[in-house]
Amino acid sequence: MATMTYIEAISRGMWEEMDRDASVFVLGEDVGAYGGAFKATKGFLQHFGEERVIDTPLSEAAILGAAAGAALVGMRPIAEMQFADFVTCGFNQLVSNAAKIHYRWRLPVPLVVRLPSGGYIHGGPYHSVSPEAWFFHVPGLKIVAPSTPYDAKGLMKAAIRDNNPVLYLEFKYLYRRVKGEVPESDYVVEIGKGAVRREGTDIALFSYGSTVQFALNAANQLAVEEGVEAKVVDLRSLQPLDTSLILESVAETGKVLIVHEDNLTGGVGGEITALIADQAFEFLDAPVRRLAALDVPVPFAPPLEEYVLPDQTKIIGALRELSRF
Amino acid sequence: MANVEIVMPQMGESITEGTILKWHKKVGDQVKKDEVLLEISTDKVDSEIPSPASGLLVQITVEEQKTVPVRAVIGYIETDLSAAAGAEQTSAAPASATVTEAPAVTRVATAAPASEKRVSGRFYSPLVMSIAQAEGISMTELEAVTGTGANERVTKKDILAYLEARKAGASRPVAEPSTTPTRTSTSTLNIGTPVEIPELRKKYPAPAHEVLQMSNVLQKMAQHMVNSVRTSPHVAAVHEVDMTAIVRHRLEHAAQFEKNEGFKLTFTPYIVEAVVKAIKKYPLINSSVEGDMIIRKTYINLGLAVASENGLIVPVIKHAEEKGFVGFARAVNDLAVRTRNRKFSPEDIQGGTFTISNYGVFGTLIGTPIISQPQVAILGTGAITKRVAVLNDAIAIRSMAFFTLSFDHRILDGALGGMFLDTVVKNLENFDTNMKF
Repeated sequence: MATMTYIEAISRGMWEEMDRDASVFVLGEDVGAYGGAFKATKGFLQHFGEERVIDTPLSEAAILGAAAGAALVGMRPIAEMQFADFVTCGFNQLVSNAAKIHYRWRLPVPLVVRLPSGGYIHGGPYHSVSPEAWFFHVPGLKIVAPSTPYDAKGLMKAAIRDNNPVLYLEFKYLYRRVKGEVPESDYVVEIGKGAVRREGTDIALFSYGSTVQFALNAANQLAVEEGVEAKVVDLRSLQPLDTSLILESVAETGKVLIVHEDNLTGGVGGEITALIADQAFEFLDAPVRRLAALDVPVPFAPPLEEYVLPDQTKIIGALRELSRF
Repeated sequence: MANVEIVMPQMGESITEGTILKWHKKVGDQVKKDEVLLEISTDKVDSEIPSPASGLLVQITVEEQKTVPVRAVIGYIETDLSAAAGAEQTSAAPASATVTEAPAVTRVATAAPASEKRVSGRFYSPLVMSIAQAEGISMTELEAVTGTGANERVTKKDILAYLEARKAGASRPVAEPSTTPTRTSTSTLNIGTPVEIPELRKKYPAPAHEVLQMSNVLQKMAQHMVNSVRTSPHVAAVHEVDMTAIVRHRLEHAAQFEKNEGFKLTFTPYIVEAVVKAIKKYPLINSSVEGDMIIRKTYINLGLAVASENGLIVPVIKHAEEKGFVGFARAVNDLAVRTRNRKFSPEDIQGGTFTISNYGVFGTLIGTPIISQPQVAILGTGAITKRVAVLNDAIAIRSMAFFTLSFDHRILDGALGGMFLDTVVKNLENFDTNMKF
């Protein structure tokens, strides 16, 4: 066991997989000599050499197109987007090519796209996006969203070994704020399985990524202050969703709050809400509530950013309202 | 064929529901328009409700002791008697005509299983409904379960607690329509009905403990008080008032006044007059708050808090700004008499813009009253007692009282509160002692 930060765990996951499997390589803007915009691939170039750590031109379409092509011929590329915001420039390569190739030609596309996501970092509207909903809709893509260093490494390794294109959301806010125990051994976290972070029987709280820790803190505070026990579920994977854990938790509690950093409309929370309405209606003791960012770009000014994004206080408010329903 | 709905009346602007205490008529009884049809209880008042029409009471959809929202249908009167007779005859058979064409028939036809219908309008969550179904709880039974959720909704916890109590052989008193709480006039405060709840009995054994189901009026009082304290940051200012001149004036004129008016002269009209004059000077006292808006009223409806055997009641003197001293005295007496006899109408207890609470009658010297929402201030008047006071730099024995103004610091501050209360005091101390009746 070693204590490491979230970004160190991401780095460690890639490193181990590249060590283990010669077909794994990284490509992206400044991933080589510079070590990546957030230093996730620092030292990779020196260790693995420039054939496996490739600095690319400033073109996300080129990065993702090249990655998809490499995957088709048996490689396992890890493509880094400097910020998740810029993935839109390579949108077509992902949703029309990578996502559909297996359907059309039965050829696997084992590709990982690293997406440094989200706000809380005063990055403004072009460096704070939560991109998951754009891809959540697309058949053929998997999406993972770790919230702990342990999951960051385990899901990275699982994503690299998966034969489908996997979008790997990594939360810039968590990079150096979150530390945790990470085994040095080889392990994977299964894609499609959520984790119960806190047991509770009053409200089920579903979250992922950057907002899991807020949710956990909020649940702990409310338990102390009002004796309301919320079960906190970290979804970890968005595509596929751990539907059985979701439905089981609804049945156990009867009340649901979904929290995500991505904005509300058309977000992952809406799909979870629909799933619950469809398959757990008879277990509902209150309307399903969602807490998400406001439907606006993420503002640059810190007070405005705070106003727009979910936080612990807002989660407590939502939980309290639900508990009183 | 005319089927008239009987609905739960709105007994006040802030009242959202009412409880049926007693049906004076049975299904099948003839009723005349305006004849007393039932008695209801709301958070403010118990009232006799007249029939909305003449005809035959064909259906009662809400039983006694049940609480329903205002405007909910609680029964039907058939005003066309031949149709009513026909409907009764066909009630056992399925309606022959299409349902849309024969509403009266279908309504009467469902009269028997009506107890299975949801009548309160209370929302039940899918979970509560599925638990009820799985545990064989009928809708009637469900309607009687006490809800602790928003708008008294039955939560998962409530129904699980109910199930546990039911399994333990307990039966909530509210589930039993037969245990009508007695509301006879007694000298003691009717705070609630004795009930037997086994799990509470275990904790609080008889005869050392008595368990009472809080009365409707009491429950609502509790709600209103908590709500008011939560809504308004209360500040209390206490001023001392020299009532000597008024005490003397009242003594001198009491006999003549009673001869003229037929009722006793009290201190209340003196205080009411002083307050109304002060409100005219500081009209912001006579406001309410909605969001970030102040609603300032040009009329003054003065509420007078009165203790009754059923709890606190606040009858209101309407348009006090238009009345003079004798007008106040008559209005006060009229309300007092009707409150005592429980003959007041809903209008008598709603629409207040400022309230006076005279807890001095119980000997209280200084109180800090709670504002009656959505008003922003309340005046509490303490007992008038003879005290040593300094008058013109000499020690004198004077009839003194402490008056407290509790006000809402969202819109009123200590300066305005103090100036208003000081004006009330000056109005009383400078009362025109030449006034004759």
